Amino acid sequence: MDNTVNLPLPVLSTSDLTQLEALRQGDEAAFLALVREFHPALVRIASLYVSDRSVAEEVAQETWLGVLKGLERFEGRSSLKTWIFSIATNIAKTRGQRERRSLPFSALIESELEADEPAVPPDRFQTEADKYPGGWVSFPAAWDVTVDQQFLSGELMGYLEQAIKALPPTQCTVITLRDIEGWTSEEVCNVLGLDETNQRVLLHRARSKVRRALDQYLHAE
Amino acid sequence: MTEEKLTCQQLVEIVTDYFEDKLSPEARARFEAHVAVCPGCATYVEQMQQTIRTLGQLPPESIPEDAQEKLLRAFREWKRT
Repeated sequence: MDNTVNLPLPVLSTSDLTQLEALRQGDEAAFLALVREFHPALVRIASLYVSDRSVAEEVAQETWLGVLKGLERFEGRSSLKTWIFSIATNIAKTRGQRERRSLPFSALIESELEADEPAVPPDRFQTEADKYPGGWVSFPAAWDVTVDQQFLSGELMGYLEQAIKALPPTQCTVITLRDIEGWTSEEVCNVLGLDETNQRVLLHRARSKVRRALDQYLHAE
Repeated sequence: MTEEKLTCQQLVEIVTDYFEDKLSPEARARFEAHVAVCPGCATYVEQMQQTIRTLGQLPPESIPEDAQEKLLRAFREWKRT
């Protein structure tokens, strides 16, 4: 018998406890609510590790089976969300390795971080030869409409979704989880295995690109 | 560290650090002082904020009907065992 002290386990949030209990009782509505909340993100994250979307869908389905199997044993040392997503990444990684995917996730991140990507093209700024080096050549044109306060038209929504889809995979995932799904920085870092700085770099690049896309949309004739 | 002036080109690179509250107090002060006197950067920062808020308005993806059905069946199967 070892001599380690049993530290008290971190306490699950009330909402996690409620959900957990409902699931264990076989509450279908609770299960559906959880599925609706997390399934798309599970597919999205799995896509980072496996070859295509249909495989990612399989990984997500397998994840839920893993969740159900592990439900009784789950000790609540992490949040429900963290636990579910860690099951997913484990399955996805195994699947990805089995398929010998051309670019493993770690290399994907590295390549996305390596490239130098200025938030704004350098030609928008004055050079050492100009009057105010590093200053705007011309100020960005203000957006006539306050985009965020307007009801998003179907057209603009579609346009934005395309812009996000066009992002490199990890940038796309980070901005979707943070800014669309409202995850915290910590949650994203945990699930993707990123450190905070790298996560922020990816977020920064993604946001800069989306801003540029919005700018183009609003100034297109 | 010498008190360096923050250029617009540098500022646009630290906007996310600013929103995430990761700038040192000194850097934060420099950032805010610059935005206060530079209309170009004030516009840019405002546009970044709007971009983030607009993203927040996008509907989260939903699970396709057939995928949901499949999971419901799996759940009922699990309940039986």
